[in-house]
Amino acid sequence: MNPPDDPVFNEPWEAQAFAMTVSLNGKGLFTWTEWAEALGAEIAVQGTRSYYECWLAALEKIVEAKQMMTGKERLARIDAWDRAARATPHGKPIELSKANSIS
Amino acid sequence: MPHDHDHDHDHDEGSALSPIALRVKALESLLTEKGYIDPEALDAIVETYETKIGPRNGAHVVARAWSDPAYKAWLLKDATAAIASLGYTGRQGEHMVAVENTPETHNLVVCTLCSCYPWTVLGLPPVWYKAPPYRSRAVIDPRGVLAEFGVTLPETTAISVWDSTAEIRYLVLPMRPQGTEGWSEEKLARIVTRDSMIGTGLPRAAA
Repeated sequence: MNPPDDPVFNEPWEAQAFAMTVSLNGKGLFTWTEWAEALGAEIAVQGTRSYYECWLAALEKIVEAKQMMTGKERLARIDAWDRAARATPHGKPIELSKANSIS
Repeated sequence: MPHDHDHDHDHDEGSALSPIALRVKALESLLTEKGYIDPEALDAIVETYETKIGPRNGAHVVARAWSDPAYKAWLLKDATAAIASLGYTGRQGEHMVAVENTPETHNLVVCTLCSCYPWTVLGLPPVWYKAPPYRSRAVIDPRGVLAEFGVTLPETTAISVWDSTAEIRYLVLPMRPQGTEGWSEEKLARIVTRDSMIGTGLPRAAA
């Protein structure tokens, strides 16, 4: 039960979601108690989601609750990244065009 | 990480990111533009947790406590300060409490709410620590949980279960194994496993 190379993060997005939370907390945008409540609420209704999927859902909710962005902005940005990705040939970096990034 | 795109390639027309990767990119790009986060700072955080912070920090603390009675007394009285004195400070280690295993009492740590864990001394929690079976059963059936980890305690040993919170993190100070008299701190630290500091394991036996 003590595997030496249990990976810290299984996928890059998990690491990014983790680091965003630590960084925002470090800047005082929310307390760790507030974060634990948000994460705990997601985990309480975890269902088939992975731990880091709960983490990401909690982060989406707390940045809106703390008015760092609106839900509308966030959903528009997801859509913009989706369109940018689909328009990008393989092997090229995916970037948002100027028009896309203004939501 | 060389590639931004996930595995769902669309071979006819460009790339496709997984829904979850899109959500993460959306958050990251908006938070960056608004000045709440700095992508380079995120990279530094990830690197720290992937390479610098882990159970060897806690093993150092335990080995010191086994070797130095004054340090052990300090650790049990003010774990936050005693741990910080070895250079392990910061996130999720702000208020630490060390609980000592004895022949009478074995300590087991859980976070029933989510995954609160002493990052500064143990790194990030293992998968099972975050999973519902451990979180729910550690409190109601600690002896059964320990048995699944291969730990069988005498019936006369009581089990204390400590529920971590956002404010208080626990570190178990395991019992020093027989046969380790005269060992250096470095040698002692090598037998201190992560699980022995959570309470789901014991130090490796002195061979």
